[in-house]
Amino acid sequence: MAMYAAPGTDGSVVTFKPRYDHFIGGEYVAPAKGQYFENPTPITGQTFTEVARGTADDIEKALDAAEAAAPAWGRTSVGERANVLNKMADRIEANLEMIAIAESWENGKACRETLVADIPLAIDHLRYFAGAIRAQEGGLSQIDNDTVAYHFHEPLGVVGQIIPWNFPILMAIWKLAPAIAAGNAVVLKPAEQTPASIHVLMDVVADLLPAGVINIVNGFGVEAGKPLASSSRIRKIAFTGETTTGRLISQYASENLIPVTLELGGKSPNVFFDDVAAQQDAFYDKALEGFTMFALNQGEVCTCPSRALIQGGIYDEFLGQAVKRTEQVKQGNPLDTDTMIGAQASNDQFEKILSYIDIGRQEGAKILTGGEKADLGGDLSGGYYIQPTVFEGDNKMRVFQEEIFGPVVSVARFTDYDDAMSIANDTLYGLGAGVWSRDANTAYRAGRDIQAGRVWVNNYHAYPAHAAFGGYKQSGIGRENHKMMLDHYQQTKNILQSYSDNAQGFF
Amino acid sequence: MTEATTDTDVTKPVTAVPGSGTARVAVTPAAAELLPKLTEIHGPLMFHQSGGCCDGSAPMCYPDGDFKIGGSDVHLGDLTIEGLEKPIGFYMSSSQYEYWKHTHLTVDVVKGRGSGFSVEAPEGVRFIIRSRLFTDDEMRELGDL
Repeated sequence: MAMYAAPGTDGSVVTFKPRYDHFIGGEYVAPAKGQYFENPTPITGQTFTEVARGTADDIEKALDAAEAAAPAWGRTSVGERANVLNKMADRIEANLEMIAIAESWENGKACRETLVADIPLAIDHLRYFAGAIRAQEGGLSQIDNDTVAYHFHEPLGVVGQIIPWNFPILMAIWKLAPAIAAGNAVVLKPAEQTPASIHVLMDVVADLLPAGVINIVNGFGVEAGKPLASSSRIRKIAFTGETTTGRLISQYASENLIPVTLELGGKSPNVFFDDVAAQQDAFYDKALEGFTMFALNQGEVCTCPSRALIQGGIYDEFLGQAVKRTEQVKQGNPLDTDTMIGAQASNDQFEKILSYIDIGRQEGAKILTGGEKADLGGDLSGGYYIQPTVFEGDNKMRVFQEEIFGPVVSVARFTDYDDAMSIANDTLYGLGAGVWSRDANTAYRAGRDIQAGRVWVNNYHAYPAHAAFGGYKQSGIGRENHKMMLDHYQQTKNILQSYSDNAQGFF
Repeated sequence: MTEATTDTDVTKPVTAVPGSGTARVAVTPAAAELLPKLTEIHGPLMFHQSGGCCDGSAPMCYPDGDFKIGGSDVHLGDLTIEGLEKPIGFYMSSSQYEYWKHTHLTVDVVKGRGSGFSVEAPEGVRFIIRSRLFTDDEMRELGDL
């Protein structure tokens, strides 16, 4: 095991500044109103830095910078832009440990995840879009002998992006990489729970970017997010969060007639068919791990497999072993590389999860393990820790229908294939799903029948850059990852050209 | 600033302000104390219950009319707050209501920093929902919306 020193103590690999301003036009700019807000770490609950509290004036300043930068950036060659993305990736990789520990301290997640998942995935994402933009081709269609339709990809211009707090850096890069690869300038607002780690990253890449291509304004949703989302100066808004804010942002976008992409979460089913237990082998062990994936990132993942559906023939045995596997999840200091589950990201999140555990109990769901907050003692007593929790109940219960966004899974039994699909699809959402079967035909059919944008078959929680990610039903609009993402940050220019010298013949 | 609860024993029933709500939705004293202060800053307010990830399942509080209620929403009731002339409407999408209608909701407030555009976040607090199941008798009396 290794224990990283806490930021602010001797030997830490990362040093946060005592204060972060907005990053606008390539430099740090104090907030117009001069106000800052405290930023606590969920690991101990203690404040470790303060962050600019942005308002409409700061958003306008960032839009000025982005508008100034967008035309030139949009005209750079794809080779130049790809080089910038690749250099950013290299720089982040060279500083991986520092950025990963900053991210753990910021969000509360275990550093084994930031070290091997969050930050490496962010690096890979930049490299993927560096490649994708160079490989992208427009089109030409020969309409007739003398007429050709050319299709060019052109950037949108200035775009707004509002980032969630569950993967502060990875979600920012998911949105930034395709946007800047496609030649846009960005005004980005990080979540107010996790406003600082993105600045640790920007510190190491800022000099690689022309001023104004990426602008970061921190602050609260109502004070900074709203003026950004409702601005008539952006050509597109991207948001990850929940449904009411998603609708509100869509309403603002409709007033300005601009496109939105929304990723609004889910209540993802993880379906285990009887044949999973045909043998007690490596695959069976993998399926048990697949069940336990609900605890990854403390359950604060939009695709958390928070409904486990297990077929009747293996139900008791599989669930018993899955509960044991869950009880082996090591909860502890997120800066310890042996820790598997860390702290929930904020106090209100912690309270909300506990209120769901309460409503689950009231509805008659049975707690098979967990169900309580966890006090880890010492400095960690001030942090926000919850035991991995397994509920057994019925799909109509609220704990089966609402995204708890904590380490809580709700388990139900199904009888046959049709029953499994019926329960899996009985949800408002359709972001992720898991299917576990040794029978390729069953797995394929289930993958197609589940109404979700991402179905993992015989694996879970993998996020490669070139697999499209996004929701069916109320889980959102549009996709992230994959080269198709470039379409969300481009518009099509058609030039319809005549090569004929003759009049068209109308007049 | 209103003192938000730090009591995380959520199994204790919350006390709503008597007469503050309706048969379906009510507010705690802490939330009732905060709402007039927020009204001073933002004008008349409304609630829309969110779903989905991140801060989903939390009630969002907006300047009244900022969020456009549509045909896909249900009105759960109006909250009567001492010190406010107009009651505060509480809404939810009808599809979500189908999964929530067997529970009574109480708007509470805790320390925190919810994202989204809800107006209380800059004050260092976050509205959350406490829920309890309706009894069979209550369900019969309430009927459907």
